[in-house]
Amino acid sequence: MPDIQAAASRIAEDLKKYKADYIEARLEESQRSHITYRGKELESIGQSAAAGGNIRALVRGGWGFVSFNDFNDLPNRIELAVKQAALVGREKSQLAPVKAVVDTVASKEDSPLTIPLAEKKKLLDEYNQIIWTTPRLQTSVIGYADSHKKTIFLSSPGSHIEQQRTDITLRLSAVAAGDGDVQQSGLSLGSRGDFDAIRGLHKEVEVMVKHAVALLSAPQVKGGQYTVVLDPVLAGVFVHEAFGHLSESDFVYENDRLREIMVLGKQFGSKELNIVDSAARPNLRGSYKYDDEGVPATKTYLIKEGRLVGRLHSRETAAKMGEKPTGNARALNYRYPPIVRMTNTYIEPGQASFSDIIADIKEGVYAKNWFGGTTSMEMFTFSAGEAYMIRNGKLAEALRPVVLTGNVFTTLNNIDAIGNDLDMNQGGGCGKGGQMPLPVSNGSPHIRISQCLVGGS
Amino acid sequence: MEAILAQTKKAAEAAEVFTVSAEETTAQFETNRLKHIQSKQSTSVALRLIKDGRLGYATTTELGDIKNLINSAAETAQFGMPVKFELPPQTSYPAIDIFDPAVEATPIEKMGQLGQELIELITRHTPDILCEALVGRDTVSVKLINSRGGQAEYKKSIFGIGIYGSLIRGTDMLFVGESQSSGHPLTRPKDIAEVVIRQLELAKNPAAVPTKQLPVVFTPRGLASALVPSLMMAFNGKTVLQGASPIGSKLGLKVFDEKLSLWDDPTLAFRPNSRPCDDEGVASQRTPLIEGGVVSHFLYDLQTAALAKTKSTGSGDRGGGLPAPSPSSFIIATGQTSMDDMIKDIKEGLVIEQLMGAEQGNILGGDFSGNVLLGYKVESGKIVGRVKNTMVSGNVYQVLKEVTAIGSRAEWVGGFLYTPPLYCPLLSVASK
Repeated sequence: MPDIQAAASRIAEDLKKYKADYIEARLEESQRSHITYRGKELESIGQSAAAGGNIRALVRGGWGFVSFNDFNDLPNRIELAVKQAALVGREKSQLAPVKAVVDTVASKEDSPLTIPLAEKKKLLDEYNQIIWTTPRLQTSVIGYADSHKKTIFLSSPGSHIEQQRTDITLRLSAVAAGDGDVQQSGLSLGSRGDFDAIRGLHKEVEVMVKHAVALLSAPQVKGGQYTVVLDPVLAGVFVHEAFGHLSESDFVYENDRLREIMVLGKQFGSKELNIVDSAARPNLRGSYKYDDEGVPATKTYLIKEGRLVGRLHSRETAAKMGEKPTGNARALNYRYPPIVRMTNTYIEPGQASFSDIIADIKEGVYAKNWFGGTTSMEMFTFSAGEAYMIRNGKLAEALRPVVLTGNVFTTLNNIDAIGNDLDMNQGGGCGKGGQMPLPVSNGSPHIRISQCLVGGS
Repeated sequence: MEAILAQTKKAAEAAEVFTVSAEETTAQFETNRLKHIQSKQSTSVALRLIKDGRLGYATTTELGDIKNLINSAAETAQFGMPVKFELPPQTSYPAIDIFDPAVEATPIEKMGQLGQELIELITRHTPDILCEALVGRDTVSVKLINSRGGQAEYKKSIFGIGIYGSLIRGTDMLFVGESQSSGHPLTRPKDIAEVVIRQLELAKNPAAVPTKQLPVVFTPRGLASALVPSLMMAFNGKTVLQGASPIGSKLGLKVFDEKLSLWDDPTLAFRPNSRPCDDEGVASQRTPLIEGGVVSHFLYDLQTAALAKTKSTGSGDRGGGLPAPSPSSFIIATGQTSMDDMIKDIKEGLVIEQLMGAEQGNILGGDFSGNVLLGYKVESGKIVGRVKNTMVSGNVYQVLKEVTAIGSRAEWVGGFLYTPPLYCPLLSVASK
């Protein structure tokens, strides 16, 4: 593998020599392993190693970006990035000022690197055995992946930051079939390097599989408006999809109309609603010390007491909006430039217990767990892996998976109860601008939304 | 590559080395202006080896790192799946035109101009629209060799233009867009602008939708977002082998409307997903999937085909990992009815251009349920305006069992689907 330390020291001084307003380099080396089961059999097991880097240059407001696996001829790559930026640039470059940083951040959790493949496989074998003791099961998928990455960030003002990150994900899904019908259920977990986080899930796996089978006899909800209660996992997806993406300033900073909609101080929800994004909250999949522009991580309140109070920034969006950088510029890997991304996003807990929340619902839907979610800024949809009717304040029959949709602005306002049971979900991955899946976490306590549109028969 | 193969042969019964190198350049526009130029150089090497009958697999970005690559692959082979197939020996491949040197030769300034022209055409029509656009060119070189003497090598070019516009009035947001790709340089931004301008025209007025069963016309883009993901999964040989495809046991049976025919075709000239062979060195072929409503084939790679006791359809696709069956270009046969005639036939109904979130439900079972991100209301044979806050739900297999009409003109969507519009009788629509 090319030595990224040596490459970094070769170009560190060079970055200052070009006619550009700003130049940075990110050099990266990584190791990954994955194990996949489909049905009873192991389907795929593999290991990979990669080394690559990129140069990003800013000239008169225009960006040039060059990525590579081939570490020969780095000066030419820097030159190309500068040339491209100059071709684009038509205005004054703006970057929020940050101090140049020299730092080395070691990874605290690196257990997947020291655990042999055989041990990882043994754990997955146990889970697969539980899955396959359930009758009426058609097939199942288990996907395990871990990665360890070392990144060196260099910038023309003199930053030199070395960071390491370990990431683990485990996804399990079970498919049940009967009478020409197919139903599935799933479980997604992850951690920022701690392998123990995915041990001891035998009970959860059993529950998941039984649920897939139970869905075969479950009815589909009748489409229409309902009072909907979301569990912490799904509410976390909701806050990420429905609101989090709107808080990413790269959508907003050059869009005057959106700036009007997202003006700070505007009331978006009730006094009980607080929404936070924080890479500084430790040991979650979205946690880090510095982002990919070398800006220190922060805890950012997006909504405080129902009012919009902050948003997520890169150095450029912060400068152009006259706000402080928040350290939210992240890149999936060296093949991509950093863009504004979420980290660990959550609704802060309130006072209500789960039974308080459902007590006065005559007919509603309790939606749990997630399949996925997407947003077009104004509208969002997200899908629940599990759903139940609520009748007269009590959980009733299981439903087929439901898709919920709505308008962000009215839906936030329609959150009328917030639980006391915050839980962070580490199983997600976020996609934006072709960069997917970026490790994030999101969370929430149970929440209740009045008048939510549910797709159905 | 040859050195990797030679050394692996000493440690394993069989081996295959696969390399991809790519050069990609894009001009990206944000808020109607050129904002980024990016170039990406990448190389990767993937090694598959068979040891004691089991498959080992490793990849690296560094061609020179032979020892680590072989050791990594050999380590995984202890646990790897039992191999049921043989690597293909030297084969002759169909000649498919997929490389045009004019793509590589297109100067970045020209790409910037194309994007600028496209945005100007659209902003001239709607001055307050904000567009993101991307003009890109790719050159991809693929090379494969294996220990049975199989070898393949090809180079391909892809040129793409995409645009995505948002129009915000108050808190109302409208999203329009179109993208096109080809193995030749694209030179006519006007074609793309016309599609977007038509969307803007049709979406000018808001229209109300009741909550009830309504007839729906899916445009080619609408089909891609609502129905096609389920079909792609259902015709995947792996899904079939696992017994999870609802049509897995229906080979030779009429499951769909007799007007419906679908095939997979990686042999079309200058299409982004075309290639002479798949990622395992099996020759490309056109594979019929639905013929006159009858399920006729599924898509297979080598291992899945061996397990299913059939032959690979040349559909082994790596997508970053081990080869797995994957469609290349899905083609749906055209029918007899023009889009205008479909709309004229509807008393009350919808035209759907894009369904958001439809692929998130139980797509294995064919259920889809999505929010109409771009769609129009039809009243008495005319499009009267744009619909919002509307969910459309259904099941692919029920919807395609009886189709009212199939469009007479097909379009490419996203480089992977060539389809006419589809007119479906009654779908569940929920609105607020």
